[in-house]
Formats: sequence, structure tokens, C-alpha cells
Amino acid sequence: MAPILEFTLKSVALILIALTGFAYTTLLERKFIGRLQARIGPNRAGPQGLLQPVADGLKLIVKESITPAQADKLIYFLAPALAVIPALIVFAVIPFGKGSWLSLAGDINIGVLYVLAVLSVGVYGSVLAGWSSNNKYASLGGLRASAQMISYELAMGLSIVAVVLMASNASLNGIVEYQQPGNILGWLIFRQPVAAAIFAITALAELARAPFDLVEAEQELTAGFITEYGGMKFALFYMSEYVKMIAMSALFATFFLGGWSGPGVNEPGALGVILSVLYFAVKVFVCLLCIVWVRATLPRFRYDKLMSFGWKALLPIALANVMVTALLIVSGVPGYK
Amino acid sequence: MSSAEDIISRLGKIPVGFATVLKTFFKKPVTLQYPEQRKPFSARFRGRHHLKRYDDGLEKCIGCALCAAACPADAIYVEASENTDARRFSPGERYAKTYEINMLRCIFCGYCEDACPTNAIVLEPIEFPTGYTREGMIYAKDKLLEAPPAGANGTPQVTPAGRFNRAILPFPPIDASV
Repeated sequence: MAPILEFTLKSVALILIALTGFAYTTLLERKFIGRLQARIGPNRAGPQGLLQPVADGLKLIVKESITPAQADKLIYFLAPALAVIPALIVFAVIPFGKGSWLSLAGDINIGVLYVLAVLSVGVYGSVLAGWSSNNKYASLGGLRASAQMISYELAMGLSIVAVVLMASNASLNGIVEYQQPGNILGWLIFRQPVAAAIFAITALAELARAPFDLVEAEQELTAGFITEYGGMKFALFYMSEYVKMIAMSALFATFFLGGWSGPGVNEPGALGVILSVLYFAVKVFVCLLCIVWVRATLPRFRYDKLMSFGWKALLPIALANVMVTALLIVSGVPGYK
Repeated sequence: MSSAEDIISRLGKIPVGFATVLKTFFKKPVTLQYPEQRKPFSARFRGRHHLKRYDDGLEKCIGCALCAAACPADAIYVEASENTDARRFSPGERYAKTYEINMLRCIFCGYCEDACPTNAIVLEPIEFPTGYTREGMIYAKDKLLEAPPAGANGTPQVTPAGRFNRAILPFPPIDASV
């Protein structure tokens, strides 16, 4: 009985944190991108616009829920859930701090595989939404989503393979602990810069965010796969995008920025734990800011360039990186074993 | 396929773009908090119409409807009525009993201002008219007519006989003996 209770409590807490995080990530993005464009961003609802997510949520809840007459009703209703659930359950294996109780599923030894599997499932939400809406723009968006995500998943997987090779461990906590000893130079971003760059690029593509937001390219596809969605069903897609954004930032921090490690986390007792959670939160926050920064800077890729970039540039580079990493480890180069 | 140097020079430009965007973060936002902060208008800006008064509080408008005739958008409606010395709104024989401008039709060209023989109607650089209903956008005298100057009475006024026989300046000086 006790483990079930613990899991339930932790799940509820995690979902609440993720959903609050989602709400305030939208505000963070709007505020930060505003400043990057010499604007202010939302500042009317509440002090400094802090209640803007609440206002947005209320608006979306009271909106009329419309279902297109020609839509495949069951799948049309199922698709938003299929988008949100994978985004939320990625968090199960992410270590939020020192000690295995700070991740939902504990320290499981196939964490990396779980993450890759769950992220792949996320694409079904977009594809089924696009197909079931029975709208040409939505269908095109869904097709693009599937092609784009499948192409970029390969390179992403290979970039993580390099990390797993380095840490010789497929548990996320193990990867963090591998980076922890010593100093900031222990972070894998310094020893695996190519893998970090490939992971960052493919993560943006997986998120379908600028410059890879072809799935919902407004100028070409109205709103892509979410064209026919409104109200809370739209909000769920929005939620999945932002929750995934937080998850990807958390994964980047875990794989390449040392996760929860930092000065002072080895202190015994509560202090070390609190510091570790804090470091992790700061790292995730910085990654989120960078995602917004990229959106403010880069224009959207052309679709054929996106595909050729994924298959002809990222995939070979990622493969070569895995090979070089393996060679370095086998030949025992200092810092690689 | 582009050459290697081409690719490298293009890649080198990406950090420049990121730096430019980040630099903007440290600039002051150009946003104007609209209802609280406003951009100053030029002194000659043709904003919304005002009906002016003389210093003694009489209305300048004499109800001639030349503005309505000049209006290319047909936005002005004037209905005149007779002045008497016991109940005087404006100098001369007549005054505008009804003066309405449909702000939704008005194109703010200022022809009414040009047509006015007494400079009664002036487009002033203040905010544009706004409203929630079409009816509310028809501005009548209650909105158009400016308040009487300080110390002067509003209209109608009781005026000495014979002083305001003319509709335009100059009016004869006040006869102290009357």
C-alpha cells in the first residue's frame, strides 16, 4: 500500500509542478521574447502580467468547443490527450536532485531508452490530430510532423548514444553522477560538444519549435495540425508543447550540463539536496531562455532544407561522433575514460 | 551543393544574429503604454471636432450648414433655429438647434473647418472618438460644444437688443448707457 501511496503523491505533485511550469513558461516566453524584440510583453493581467496564464486558461476553458462535422470524432478527441500524456510522463525518470527519491520512477537503469521511447510516442498526437481533423492544412501539418520527427529522432538518439558511451550507464542519475566529480569541466558539454549541439538542434526539431516549426507554420499551413482545434483541446496541444519544452530543457541539463550537480551538493543532509534541486532548476531555466532566444533569432527552415539537413548533415555527423567517441574511449585518451 | 568555405562563412554569421538579438534585450522597450502614455500630436493634427464659443459664452456656430454642404462624407447634420435677444445662442439671426456629426462617416478631411464662416468648428489634436454602439458614435452638441470660458455664461443668454445683429465679428462695443 505504501509504495502506491508514495507514487500517487509524487505523481500528483509532479503533474501539478509540470502544469504550473507550463503556464509560467508561456509567460516567460512571451515576456522574454518581448524584450528580445524591444517590446514589453504581457503586463496588464495582475502585477507585471503575472496572472496572464490564469487569464489565458480561463479564456480557453470558457470557449465553445467545436468539432468539425467531417472529423473522425473519436481520434479527434483522443489526439490532444495522446500529445499531452507522453510530454508529462517523460518527467518520470528525470532526476530533479540528489537522491533517487527526487525522481518519480527512481533510478531505473534504462532511463535513456525510456526517454527516447516516450518522446517518439509524442508524435502520434500531432499526426492523429492532423489526420482526424479532415482538413488539408491539418493533414499537411501532421505529415510534416511525422516526417520531421522521425528524421530528427535518429540523430538525437545517436547524440545520446555518445553520452551513454561516455558514462557507460543508461540511467539518467548515473549520467549526472558521472559528470559530477570535480568541477564544471566535468560537464559533458565540454567533452561532447558535437553531441550537445546535435542534441540541442534535434531537441528543437522534436519540439517543433522555431526554426523547425514547420508543423504549425502559420504562413503556409494556418496552424498546421491544430487548425481545427479550439478551447481546451487547443490548450492541451499548447500544454504538450510547453511541457515538452521543459522536459527537453531538463534532459539537456541532465545529459550535458551536469544535471543537479554543482558546488556544495555533497553536503550531508537537507542542504545538499536543496542545493541540487536549485542547481537543476537554474540549468533548466537557462535552457528554456535559450530556446526562446533561438526562436527570436532564427527564421523558419524551408521544408526540403529541413529534411536534407537532418539526413545529410546531422545524421552523418552524429554517426561520426559516436565512432570518434568510441575510438577515444577504447584508446584510453585522458578525460574519455 | 555549396562549397565548404561558403558553409563555414554562413555558419559564422549565426552567432552575429544571436548577439544582435541579445543586445536588443538590454535596450529600452519602445512600447508605449497606450491609455496611460500617449504620443503627442502635432498642433495642426486634425482630431475630433469641437464647436467653439466666443469669450462671452455665445456659440460661434450660426447654423448655416455650410459645413454640411462641404462635407464629402455627408457626415454632418445641422438644423437651424431663430435667435431672439431674450433667448440667444449665437450672434445673428440663427443658431444650430441640432448639430450632429456621425464620427463613423467622418473622414477627418477638415473641409468643414474650411467652410465655416465663423470659425466655429475646429478639428483639434485630441483623441479620436471611440464608442461601443453606432448610435454612440453620432456626436451631438452635448459632446461637440466646448464648455463656456471661465467667468462667462452658457447659452441661451439674454442679450441687449441690437448688439448681435451681425452673425460675424466685429460686434459693436457694449453700450454702457443701455
